[in-house]
Amino acid sequence: MTARIVTANGLRDGEVLYLARDGRWSRDLAEAEPAESAEAEAALMAIAEGAMRCRTVVEAYAMALAVEDGTPRPLSQRERIRAAGPTVGTDIAIERGR
Amino acid sequence: MYRYDEFDSALVNERVAQFRGQVARRLSGYLDEDRFKPLRLMNGVYLQLHAYMLRVAIPYGTLDSRQMRRLARIARVYDRGYGHFTTRQNVQYNWPKLAEVPDILAELAEVEMHAIQTSGNCIRNVTADHFAGAAADEVEDPRIHAEVIRQWSTLHPEFSFLPRKFKIAVTGAARDRAAINVHDIGLQMLRNEAGEPGFRVVVGGGLGRTPIVGPTIREFLPKAELLSYLEAVLRVYNRLGRRDNPFKARIKILVASVGGDAFAAMVEEEWQALRGGSLDLPEEEVARIAAYFAPPPFGALPAQDTEFEAMRFEDRDFARWCRTNLHPHKQQGYAILSISLKPVGGVPGDATAEQMEAVADLAERYGLDEIRVSHEQNLVLPHIRLRDVHAVWQGLVAAGLGAANIGLVSDIISCPGLDYCNLANARSIPVAQRIATRFADLDRQHDIGELKLKISGCINACGYHHVGHIGILGVDKKGSEFYQITLGGSAGEDASLGEIVGPAFSYDDVVDAVETLVETYVGLRETGERFLDAYRRLGSAPFKEALYAGH
Amino acid sequence: MPVIKDGQLVENDWTFIPDSVPLDGVSRPVVSLARWQGESRALLGRNRWLGLRLPNIADPAVIGAELHCFALIELEFPTFRDGRAYSQARLLRERHGYLGELRAVGGIGRDQYFFLDRCGFDSVRVAGDEAELACALEGWYEAMAEISVPMQPASDRRPPASSLRERRRAAAGAS
Repeated sequence: MTARIVTANGLRDGEVLYLARDGRWSRDLAEAEPAESAEAEAALMAIAEGAMRCRTVVEAYAMALAVEDGTPRPLSQRERIRAAGPTVGTDIAIERGR
Repeated sequence: MYRYDEFDSALVNERVAQFRGQVARRLSGYLDEDRFKPLRLMNGVYLQLHAYMLRVAIPYGTLDSRQMRRLARIARVYDRGYGHFTTRQNVQYNWPKLAEVPDILAELAEVEMHAIQTSGNCIRNVTADHFAGAAADEVEDPRIHAEVIRQWSTLHPEFSFLPRKFKIAVTGAARDRAAINVHDIGLQMLRNEAGEPGFRVVVGGGLGRTPIVGPTIREFLPKAELLSYLEAVLRVYNRLGRRDNPFKARIKILVASVGGDAFAAMVEEEWQALRGGSLDLPEEEVARIAAYFAPPPFGALPAQDTEFEAMRFEDRDFARWCRTNLHPHKQQGYAILSISLKPVGGVPGDATAEQMEAVADLAERYGLDEIRVSHEQNLVLPHIRLRDVHAVWQGLVAAGLGAANIGLVSDIISCPGLDYCNLANARSIPVAQRIATRFADLDRQHDIGELKLKISGCINACGYHHVGHIGILGVDKKGSEFYQITLGGSAGEDASLGEIVGPAFSYDDVVDAVETLVETYVGLRETGERFLDAYRRLGSAPFKEALYAGH
Repeated sequence: MPVIKDGQLVENDWTFIPDSVPLDGVSRPVVSLARWQGESRALLGRNRWLGLRLPNIADPAVIGAELHCFALIELEFPTFRDGRAYSQARLLRERHGYLGELRAVGGIGRDQYFFLDRCGFDSVRVAGDEAELACALEGWYEAMAEISVPMQPASDRRPPASSLRERRRAAAGAS
C-alpha cells in the first residue's frame, strides 16, 4: 500500500524529521504518521505549518511512502537517502577507521 | 596574500554581529523563513538534504597555514571532522547547526575569513588561477584585481538582490586555469599594443541548463577602469535580467537574447557615464593591495637540485608522483606542487581535519606559508623548493594525501550529488569512486594520459560536466538513477561544451560505459594524442559505435 | 501606512491616486508614470505637491528632464528579492541629480534598510500594528549602525574604505 507522510528539517540543526502522531516530530521514518486521503494529508500539513510558524521546523512537505510487510519505504531515491543518510561520506570513513 | 586592515576587520566582525542578530530574530520568530532565507544564503548557509551546509569563502583560493588550521578546528568542533573543497575555490561543511553558525563565523573572522556572499543572488567569490604568482606565463598576478573586485562587491547595496547569482573569474595569463569562458564575467589580463596592462572581458558564459561559452564584449579594458566597467555590467544586468523565471535569470540569458554586440553597446553607454568617477581606485590603493601579492622571499637557487634528482631516480613511487603532481615554477629551483584530494575510493575534494593540519604544517615549514585551492577540488602548494619536494611528498603520503593522479582519469571532479544536495537527481560521489576504483592501476592511468572526467548530479552542473573531456550528468529516469555521457568538453582557453554521446546509462552500467570509451580512445589514438585531442580529431562516431552498436 | 523618514516614524501624507480618479481636494497626490505621461500639463498646472510612482521596469531617464516637477518619487519593490529599484534610485540621484524625496514602497523590510539608505532613499513605507511599527523604527536604527565602513561608493555620504585609506595616507604624508 502507499501513503503520504509529512517531512521537514529541524530549524536549529537542519536534521531530517518526520511528522509522527500527535504533532510530534521524529527522526525515525517508521514513526511517521501516514495519510491515506487528501483530507488526512491536508490535516497533517496544517500541523506542519503550525510547527513552521512556531519555529520548530522548516520546509515541510508531503512525500510518498510504500509500506511493504510493515516496513515503510520512500518511493523516491531522494527520500530513501534522506531517511537513511548519505550512502558515502568522509565522516562515515572516519567512523569506520575508528 | 592580502592582510586585513582595520576597515576589513571591522566589516567581517560587524557582519558576524549582523548575522547573529538575524539568526536570533529567526529563532525567536521576528523573521519568518521567507525573509530569512536570502539573508542566510548571503552568509553561505544552505539547507541541504540532511542538514544545513556552510560554504566558507576562500578568496581566489588563497589561504595560509593559520587559516587552514582554523578550517580544521571548525571541522572538528562544529562538524564531523572534515570539509569539502569546491570547484569555486571555497570550502564547505556539511553538518553545521544554524544556531552555531554565528560562532563559526566569529572564529573565521579571527583569522580574516568569512562566508559573505558565498550564496544568494549577489556577487559570489571571485576566483582566479590557482597557480597565480607562481606560473611563468602571467602578465600580472590576477589576485590583485580579484581582491579589488572582492572589496568592491562586498555588501554592494545596489547588487545584493540580483535576478540570480553572479560569478566572476580572473586569469592572469592566456593559459586559462580559471575557466573564465564559462563565468558570468570572465577577465583575462593582457597587454595592448602599447604594452599597457588591461583585461579582455567575457560576459555571459555559463553551464547549467543552457551552457554557453561567453562572448568577448570588450577586447581591451584598461586596468584602472575595471570597477567602473564592472559596475556598468552589473547595473545593466540588475535592471534588465529576467526575474520571471529562475531558470532564465542568469546574465547569459540576457546576453544571448539581445546578442553580444547589443549587450556590449548597452554596457558601453552606461560605462561612459560612470568612468572617471568615484569608482576608480587611487593608484596608491591599488599599489597597497598589489604589495600583498609581491613575490615572496624566494632564495637564489640553481635550476636543478641534485638531491631532488637523486630521489627521483631512487624512488619509483616518488618519481611517478612527480610526473603528475609537480608543475614548473617561474622561479628557478622551485616547483608548484599539487595535492590530490582524489584518493581512489575517497570522496573527491574532501579532507579530514587531520589532513588539513598536515597541509598547514607542510605549507608553513616548506611552502612560504601559502596554500591554494584549485578549481578541480584539489589543493596546491605553490612555492616549494626542489630540494624539499621529497620531504613534502613523504609528509603527504603519511597523511593519506599522496595520490599521484593529477589530471589523470581518477582525478575526477564530482559534485556532492544526491547523497547531500537538495537539487540533485542522482548520486555522483559513488559513481566517481567506482570509476576511480576501476582505473586504480596507476600504470594504466599513465598510459591513458590526461583525461578530465567531471560528474554532476543534476543539470545545475556544479561538477562542470559540460566542460569535461568526459562529462557525466546524473538524471532521474522513472525514479532510477541514470547517467548521460558527454564528450569533448574543455574548460580552458580552448573552451568547448561536451556533446551528448547517446542514451543514458544506469547506475550499474555507467562505469563499464566509461571504460569502453577509454579503451576505444586507446585503440584509436595517435602517438602522444590526449583523449580530448583524439575526440576532436575523430568525432563522436567511433565512441557511439563502441557504446551502442549492437545494443 | 506610516513611513520611516530621517530617523523618525511619521505619518504618510501622500496618497496614491489611481489613474482614472480625479485629484480634486488631494493635497499630496502620487500618480503613476502612465498618468504623468498622458496628463503632464494638467498635472503641473494644478499643484506644486506632486508625487510620481515609477514602475521598477521603467528607465529613470524617461523622466530625467522633469524631475523638478516631483517633490516625491516612489520606487517599487514587488518583493524584497527584486532589487531593480536600487539601480533606479542610484540613477535618479547620481545620474539625473534628483533632489526630492525618494521613497521605497512594497515588500521591503528591516534587513534591506541599510541598502536603501546607501542607494539614496530618504524614506520607506512600513506596515504593521503599533508594536510592529515601534519595532520597525528600532530596526531602522540598528540597521544604520550595523556596518560602519562600506566597501564601495554609492549614493550616500558614507566614505568607503578606499577613501578613508586615502585620507590616512594624506595625513601621514602631511605629518
